[in-house]
Amino acid sequence: MATDFIIIGGGLVGSALSHGLLKAGATVTILDEGDLAYRASRGNFGLVWVQSKGDGMPEYAQWSRESSDLWVDFARSLGEATGINVGHHRPGGLELCLEPEEYEAFETSIKRMHNQGGVGDNDRRMISGDEVRAMEPNVGPEVIGAAYCPHDGIVNPLLTLRALHRIAANAKADYRADHRVERIIPLGQGQNGGFRVVTQRGDFVAGKVILAAGNGSAALGADVGLDIPVGPERGHIIVTERTRPLFNHVLGQVRQTDEGTVMLGATKESVGFDTGFNPAMIRKVASNAVRKIPALKGLRMIRSWSALRIMSPDGFPVYQESDEHPGAYSISCHSGVTLAAAHAVSLAPRLLQPGFNDHYAAFSPRRFDVPKTD
Amino acid sequence: MSTEMDVVVIGAGPAGMAAAAAAARAGASVAVLDEQPAPGGQIYRAVEAVQRNRPADMSFMGSAYAHGTKVTEAFRAVRTDYRPGATVWHIGAFGKGKRRDVVMSRGGVAETISASHVVIATGALERPVPIPGWTLPGVMSVGAVQSALKTSGVYPSGKLVLAGSGPLMLQLAAQLIAAHVPIEAIVDTTPPGALARAFFHLPFAFISGETLMKGLQLRKTVMNSGVPIYSGASHLAAHGEGKLSNLSFTSAGRDITLDADVVALHEGVIPNTQLSRLVDAEHRWNDVQRCFHPVTDQWGETTEPGVYVTGDGGGIAGGLAAERSGTITGLAIARRLGLMEDSARDLVVEEQRLRRFIDSAIRGFLDRYYPAPSWIGVAADDVVLCRCEEVTAGQLREAMAHGCSGPNQAKSFLRCGMGPCQGRMCANSVTEVMAAQSGASPDQVGAFRIRPPAKPVTLAEVASLDVG
Amino acid sequence: MFQRLTDPSRKPVSFRFEGQEIEGAEGDTVAAALLAAGITSLKDAPASGSPRSPYCMMGVCFECLVEIDGAGHQQACLIPIREGMDVRRHLAAQNIGEAVAGDTQ
Repeated sequence: MATDFIIIGGGLVGSALSHGLLKAGATVTILDEGDLAYRASRGNFGLVWVQSKGDGMPEYAQWSRESSDLWVDFARSLGEATGINVGHHRPGGLELCLEPEEYEAFETSIKRMHNQGGVGDNDRRMISGDEVRAMEPNVGPEVIGAAYCPHDGIVNPLLTLRALHRIAANAKADYRADHRVERIIPLGQGQNGGFRVVTQRGDFVAGKVILAAGNGSAALGADVGLDIPVGPERGHIIVTERTRPLFNHVLGQVRQTDEGTVMLGATKESVGFDTGFNPAMIRKVASNAVRKIPALKGLRMIRSWSALRIMSPDGFPVYQESDEHPGAYSISCHSGVTLAAAHAVSLAPRLLQPGFNDHYAAFSPRRFDVPKTD
Repeated sequence: MSTEMDVVVIGAGPAGMAAAAAAARAGASVAVLDEQPAPGGQIYRAVEAVQRNRPADMSFMGSAYAHGTKVTEAFRAVRTDYRPGATVWHIGAFGKGKRRDVVMSRGGVAETISASHVVIATGALERPVPIPGWTLPGVMSVGAVQSALKTSGVYPSGKLVLAGSGPLMLQLAAQLIAAHVPIEAIVDTTPPGALARAFFHLPFAFISGETLMKGLQLRKTVMNSGVPIYSGASHLAAHGEGKLSNLSFTSAGRDITLDADVVALHEGVIPNTQLSRLVDAEHRWNDVQRCFHPVTDQWGETTEPGVYVTGDGGGIAGGLAAERSGTITGLAIARRLGLMEDSARDLVVEEQRLRRFIDSAIRGFLDRYYPAPSWIGVAADDVVLCRCEEVTAGQLREAMAHGCSGPNQAKSFLRCGMGPCQGRMCANSVTEVMAAQSGASPDQVGAFRIRPPAKPVTLAEVASLDVG
Repeated sequence: MFQRLTDPSRKPVSFRFEGQEIEGAEGDTVAAALLAAGITSLKDAPASGSPRSPYCMMGVCFECLVEIDGAGHQQACLIPIREGMDVRRHLAAQNIGEAVAGDTQ
């Protein structure tokens, strides 16, 4: 039985899109992988982050801000529909600086974004070390300053995913775990052709198909004429035992959960699809954390792992409808948490209308094409 | 502080001691890391201290335990870098020169040893027994009672009930009887028809003649002790408000409730796979023992090169077999290091294999006489599986209905396996319940991915790591 | 819940639990000494707060977590008692730094 949409990928991007599509009355099939998939949705901090987004692309700065604003009602609606409190808070965020180079880099970025126009720097500003310590008593003396933005917040990404899955189930979406997609076959030509999606456990047919499988989308894109230039960037995370509430705001690399555990990040490595453990990275995460928040020294690391971000060459989202096979879309980003609200509320309805590429022209992967010389 | 060794052995039980001694005697530099203050593992826990400070207690602990003094003496006689009180929390991937970093915490300080061969000899743990009420104070494992007896000469006061099935429970009962500790009752969950089940393995039991005789002697002691024994028991449940007050069960068609202050549960022993999972070695489900075993070759090497598992951690075969396996692994490593020829190695290995066969031949019989429980997969919905986060079997089944297809998703959905014990107490039960619910095999269902740290360690220690 | 096999030759060792003086014997693990002293619950379950007692006594169940001489997250069943040791109950949430009032996230 054919559905209106097949969404490949049941993570934060795919699930958020399903939410919007189901609300608009579309029928949806979601194909997800099994227990050991890469699952960026499981490896992140849950930051609903605005500051620093879109330095070099004002549309992205705007999109992030829009999503952060939408998140307030979005979180409430998830709670009302499922009884799950996804723990969304927006107290403002701080990126702490230990070195002058970090501080200067943020300062320069703010200036650049201010000059981009549109939402400009999204109200991000630099504050001194003493100001930071006045706001956050647990910040240590080595911190020389911070970038602050009032629109930054957090949410529990696992509960958000659970809520979105539950809403999909309640709306009778066809959710299939353990259905790794092998290829997509366009049926016929033109808008009404539809697509057959082949998985290891059977085939599915739909009028439209959305590739929202994070780093898994790139390989499938070729089947439907979609260029999806994203690749893995590894980050290591530490989770500690529970402690009492330590912060009034959200700190970019030191994030305390509602349960009281503290998550620490944020390293970057280009190692391909390797989620191995690099002790040198873990040492770096721990060392940065205790320099910023000395009280963390005696807190125990309970778990650590690495996960793969979905990164385009400039770090900004890639959204596209296929020219060759209209009705096939790719939706990829590394900020699946921040953009979940915008994906569900603003982007999803556009999948039901013409003119997708025009509307999201800034996010087209064409921006990476090397200009041809005639 | 970082050191280089040929071999790091993790665990100073019989297998670890034997592996370390065999490799060290051949000339390898060997570090032995163990989290306890003295060697012996669990089976010979505190045996040196008991012999030295409480020799009178030896008499009731039994000859199997007393054998431990010989094993620790032999270990002490060999030169190794033995570090008690060391908690290993990470075993790294192969780095430069095909060496791995073993990272440990000792006295609050991080230490790293790099070695070309790592032997995981961390043995076994008792199969967690998720009966209703098992988290009540007063409910513990048979091994727990035995450990308290070994390390501290301390035993349960009030009404003590032993409940479960297996040689360890028998051994504890005999030890308590010999020590004149009153036992209220033994609730034996061994299903009826034991001898018929195990019949074809009986000839092998005779091969392990000495072990069989000891076992029969223990059984005789218990049966003649006057302690009430309820056979073929099932549907155990512990009850109480804030602490245990009674145990209910069914036996011979009757529903029975016994007042109890302490219930000691036991349903067999399973490999402790925490470290073998940490290195991402391949594991396979054993349907008879109902647990995962690391896949190893004849020398004990796992699918991760340079990492070995020896002793009960590779599959339950008992303390004596563990000494043999440890020796075989130690010799194999010595050969790999170029410290002995094939012929010298094989000479000793052949003899060790024969002795191991004799020591463990009874295993097939025991595994069928005292079978692994078949009820864990169908535990009632309100039974707690994950003690740390209080996740029930019903919640796990509900998550499965919502698309959770394996233990790692269960972790994300429910925090099951995310507590302090890092899944040690719930891993087996989670796999059993998910397999029973989905109809998939335990191998298909899989197990928790284990990530460092193997045991929690402070951020200060992590920040001071000497790696990379 | 637990009591001792009497053995007059064992050297007594005194330590404190939650400020209360406890007498154990040389070689006791902290967990065994506390059980013998009648202390049945060392920590509470993190979610429901219901009392917990050691289950395995060999370092795998983590129900015996205590704070010893200021260091948290210690497994009482693996550590021998020492004269003058200061043992406290394990806190579900560690007391580090300065707690902040109001919204924490």
